[in-house]
Amino acid sequence: MNFSEVFKLSSLLCKFSPDGKYLASCVQYRLVVRDVNTLQILQLYTCLDQIQHIEWSADSLFILCAMYKRGLVQVWSLEQPEWHCKIDEGSAGLVASCWSPDGRHILNTTEFHLRITVWSLCTKSVSYIKYPKACLQGITFTRDGRYMALAERRDCKDYVSIFVCSDWQLLRHFDTDTQDLTGIEWAPNGCVLAVWDTCLEYKILLYSLDGRLLSAYSAYEWSLGIKSVAWSPSSQFLAVGSYDGKVRILNHVTWKMITEFGHPATINNPKIVVYKEAEKSPQLGLGCLSFPPHRAGAGPLPSSESKFSLQTLKPVTDRANPKIGIGMLAFSPDSYFLATRNDNIPNAVWVWDIQKLRLFAVLEQLSPVRAFQWDPQQPRLAICTGGSRLYLWSPAGCMSVQVPGEGDFAVLSLCWHLSGDSMALLSKDHFCLCFLETEAVVGTACRQLGGHT
Amino acid sequence: MGDWMTVTDPGLSSESKTISQYTSETKMSPSSLYSQQVLCSSIPLSKNVHSFFSAFCTEDNIEQSISYLDQELTTFGFPSLYEESKGKETKRELNIVAVLNCMNELLVLQRKNLLAQENVETQNLKLGSDMDHLQSCYSKLKEQLETSRREMIGLQERDRQLQCKNRNLHQLLKNEKDEVQKLQNIIASRATQYNHDMKRKEREYNKLKERLHQLVMNKKDKKIAMDILNYVGRADGKRGSWRTGKTEARNEDEMYKILLNDYEYRQKQILMENAELKKVLQQMKKEMISLLSPQKKKPRERVDDSTGTVISDVEEDAGELSRESMWDLSCETVREQLTNSIRKQWRILKSHVEKLDNQVSKVHLEGFNDEDVISRQDHEQETEKLELEIQQCKEMIKTQQQLLQQQLATACDDDTTSLLRDCYLLEEKERLKEEWSLFKEQKKNFERERRSFTEAAIRLGLERKAFEEERASWLKQQFLNMTTFDHQNSENVKLFSAFSGSSDRDNLIVHSRQPQKKPYSVSNGSPVCMSKLTKSLPASPSTSDFCQTRSCISEHSSINVLNITAEEIKPNQVGGECTSQKWSVASRPGSQSFGKHL
Repeated sequence: MNFSEVFKLSSLLCKFSPDGKYLASCVQYRLVVRDVNTLQILQLYTCLDQIQHIEWSADSLFILCAMYKRGLVQVWSLEQPEWHCKIDEGSAGLVASCWSPDGRHILNTTEFHLRITVWSLCTKSVSYIKYPKACLQGITFTRDGRYMALAERRDCKDYVSIFVCSDWQLLRHFDTDTQDLTGIEWAPNGCVLAVWDTCLEYKILLYSLDGRLLSAYSAYEWSLGIKSVAWSPSSQFLAVGSYDGKVRILNHVTWKMITEFGHPATINNPKIVVYKEAEKSPQLGLGCLSFPPHRAGAGPLPSSESKFSLQTLKPVTDRANPKIGIGMLAFSPDSYFLATRNDNIPNAVWVWDIQKLRLFAVLEQLSPVRAFQWDPQQPRLAICTGGSRLYLWSPAGCMSVQVPGEGDFAVLSLCWHLSGDSMALLSKDHFCLCFLETEAVVGTACRQLGGHT
Repeated sequence: MGDWMTVTDPGLSSESKTISQYTSETKMSPSSLYSQQVLCSSIPLSKNVHSFFSAFCTEDNIEQSISYLDQELTTFGFPSLYEESKGKETKRELNIVAVLNCMNELLVLQRKNLLAQENVETQNLKLGSDMDHLQSCYSKLKEQLETSRREMIGLQERDRQLQCKNRNLHQLLKNEKDEVQKLQNIIASRATQYNHDMKRKEREYNKLKERLHQLVMNKKDKKIAMDILNYVGRADGKRGSWRTGKTEARNEDEMYKILLNDYEYRQKQILMENAELKKVLQQMKKEMISLLSPQKKKPRERVDDSTGTVISDVEEDAGELSRESMWDLSCETVREQLTNSIRKQWRILKSHVEKLDNQVSKVHLEGFNDEDVISRQDHEQETEKLELEIQQCKEMIKTQQQLLQQQLATACDDDTTSLLRDCYLLEEKERLKEEWSLFKEQKKNFERERRSFTEAAIRLGLERKAFEEERASWLKQQFLNMTTFDHQNSENVKLFSAFSGSSDRDNLIVHSRQPQKKPYSVSNGSPVCMSKLTKSLPASPSTSDFCQTRSCISEHSSINVLNITAEEIKPNQVGGECTSQKWSVASRPGSQSFGKHL
C-alpha cells in the first residue's frame, strides 16, 4: 500500500472524474484538476468565490463549481480551458446545484425551494420546475440517466414527478400517500421508485416507473421510523434502516420483508468474528509504507469470547435527530454484503451476509465511524473514523493502515477510485491518494491476514 | 384388673350369699375364691389359695369341708364325691376315686383355664398395644389434620392475597391500558393537531413562497442569467428536438418499453426459477413414488379405511404426471393436478411417517417391558459392573507392571524363580568354590609355613644337638677335668646321658619322618585335640618331641621360645573346633528347655 504526497484541500471537495482519469479538488476558490496516475496538475481554474460544491459531468468533460453564498455556479471544461460558463441565480439564491445525467444541463435549486432551474449548456433554453420539495433527497436520476424523479409539495400534499431527462418532459405526476415525504430513490434498474416518509412515521412506498403504487410497507407505528434506505445493486433487495436499530430487507417480488437485522450492543453468537481495534503505541516511519502493511498497531483482533459487548452511546432522546437507529447503509457492489452502522453504537460497523441473511462480521473501532465506502470492484470496505488510520475489511480479514505524513492526517472522508486500485483520503485541509496493491498481491495479503486473525 | 374386680363384685357378693346359706361355718366362701381364681388367677392369688386351703380344712372340719366340696362340685356338675349309698341314714362314704377324678378334672380345668387366661392375657396385651398404636396413630392423624388445616388456612390466605394482588394488578393493567389509550389518543390528537398546524403553516409558507416567487421571478432580475462562452454540443451529438406531441408519445413508448423489458427480464428469471423448482418437484415426486411404491401394499391394508381411494389416485397420477411433465406447461389444470397429487402423496408420506413414528414409539414403550431389551437400570448396573471390572483389571495391570519393573531392575523374572534359585545356588556354589580355593590356598600357605617352621625346628634341633653335643663334650671335659665327684652328681650325669640318648634317637626320627609319625601319636595316647593337631600339622612329631623335651628340660631358654610358637598354633587350630562343639551343645539344652516350658 502506497500513499501519495499530501495536497491541500478545502471543504472536503475532492472528486474523481466518472471516467476515472482525473481528480478534481478545491482549495478555497481554486479548482485543481490532476491526472490520477501522475497526480500532475492538468488544469487550474479560479472561481469567483470559495467553492462550496463541485460535481463532474457524467462524461467527465465539465465540472461545475457552486458558490451557494453568492448564488453562483461556474462550469469549467476540461477540454477547453478557456471555455467558461457562469450561472447567476441572482436574488433567488441557490441551495443546490447538480448535473443532469446527460452532462449538458444543470439543475439549480433556488432558496426556499421555490423552483428548480434547468440550465442547458447546449441551447439558450431554461426550464423551471415549480414546487420542489425541501427534503433530504428530493431529486433522483435513474442509473441510465433517462429519468428523473422529483419530490414535490403542493397544497400540503406530496407528489412525485417523473421527467424524461432528454427533453425535460413530464412523464408522470402522482401524489404519494405520505405525511411528509423525506426521500426518493430509484432502484438501480430504473423501474421502481422507493419513496419514504418522514421519520415520524415508518412508511415506505414503492412506485413503478409508470406511477403505479407497487407496494407499501410499514413495520411499526407510533415511533420514529425510517432513517436510511439503500437499494442493492442488483435491485433485488431494499434495505431500510430505522430508528429502532434494525435493518429490514424487502424483496423485489412481493415487496415484503425477508428478514430483519437487529443491532444489539452484545453479540452472543460465538461464530461471528468481531474485529476490535486495540490501542497501541503508534509506530511511525517508513514501516507503514512497506509491505505487508502494518496492521498490528491498531490490530483489529477477533474476539474469542462467546459474548462480546460493544461500546454504546446513550442517546439524548429529548432532542431532534437523536443519535439512534441505522444511519448508514451500503451494499457491496456484488450485493453479497451489507455494511451498516447503528448510530448509538457509533464505533462499530456491522457487515451482513446477504446470501445467508445473517451477520458476518463486526468491526469495532476506537472512535466513531465517520464514513465507509465499498470498493466498486470487489467486496472490500474502506472505513475511516476521523483518525489517522484507514481501515479495510474484506471477507478474508481486516487491516488498518496508518496514513503517513507529518502530524496526524485525520481521515474524515474517503472515496474510491472507479478501478478500486486507489482511493482519496480527505482530511480537513488536505487530501492524499492511497494506492492499493494489484489484486493478486492484495489477495495474498488478505489471505495472510485471514491466516493471522 | 381393678375394673374386672369391681365388675364381678356384685356377682361375687351374691354368690357368697348363696354359699353362706350352705356353709354357715365357713367364714369365707371358697367358691368365691374359686371364681376369683378363675377370673383372675395369678401367681400371688394362687398362693393365697394355698394358704387359704391350709386354713380351709382342719382336723375338726374334714367332714364339713368334704360335704361342702361335694356340694360345690355337684353344683358345678361334677360327680359326687361320695359313694352312692343305699340308705339315707347310713353315712355316705367318700369315694376316693371320684375325689381323685374330680381333682384331676379340676387340675385339667385349672390348666385349661390357665392356658386360656394366658391366651387372654396375651391377647389383652396385644389389644392393649394395638390400642396404644391406634391411639398414637389417632393423635398423629389428629396432628396432621391440624397442620393440614392450618396449611389450608395459610394457603387460603395466600390465595386470597394473591387474588387481591391479581385484582390490583388487573386494576393497574387496566389503568395502564387506559393510560396507553389515553396517550395514544393524545398522540393521535397531537398528530392531527400537528398535521393541521403544519398544513396551516405550510399554507402560509406556500403563500409566502408564492409571493416571493412573484417578487423575485417576475421582477425581471437581470442578474438571473447564464454567462456562457459558447454553447456546447449535446453529449449524444444530436441536436435538441422540439417538444411536440410526438416526443411525448415517444417518451411514453420508451417508458413502457423499459418497463416491459424489466418485466420480461423478471419473467424470464421467474420462469427459469420455476423450471428449476419444477425439476426439483418432479424429482421429489419420482422419489416419493419410488419410495412409496414398494410399501403400497402394506399401507393399502392399513390406510384402506382412510385413504384407500387416494392411493389409487396416486397410481393414476403417477402415470399422468410423467406424461404431463413432458409438456412442461404451467397451465392451470396441470398446476392444480400437480399440486393436488403432490398434496395427496405428501399426505400419504406424512401418514406413513407418522405410523412409523408410532411404531417406533410403541417399540420404545414395549422395549421397556420386553425382557430381551435391556432396561436402563440393568444397563447402568451392567456398565457399573464393567467399569468396576475395568478398574480392577487396571489395578491388576498396574501392580503387574510394577512388579515387572522391579524384576527388570534386578534383572530377574517372576516366572523363573527356580532359575533364580539356581542362580542363587550357583552363585553360592561359586562363592563357596572361591572360598574353598581361598581356603585351600590358605591351607597351602599354612602348610608351607609349617614346613618352614618344621624345617626351622629341625635346624634348631640339629643346632641344639650340636650344641648338646658341644655341651656334652664340654661337660665331659669338665667332668673329666673334675676328677673328684659325688654320687649325686653321677646320677645327674646318668640322667643327662639318658637325655642325650633320646635326643640321639630324635635325630634318627628326623631323618625318617613319616614312618615314625603314627607310633608316636598312638603311644602318646593324646586327647582329641592333640590328634587333631597332628592331623592339621603333619610335622607334629617334632613338636611333640619339643613338648617332651620341654617337660624334661624346662630350664632352657632357647627351647622355651620354640615351645611358645608351637603352642600358639595349637589353640588357633583347635579353638575353632572346640567352640563349634560348645555351640552345638549349648543350643541343645536351650531347645530342650523350651520344649519343657512349652
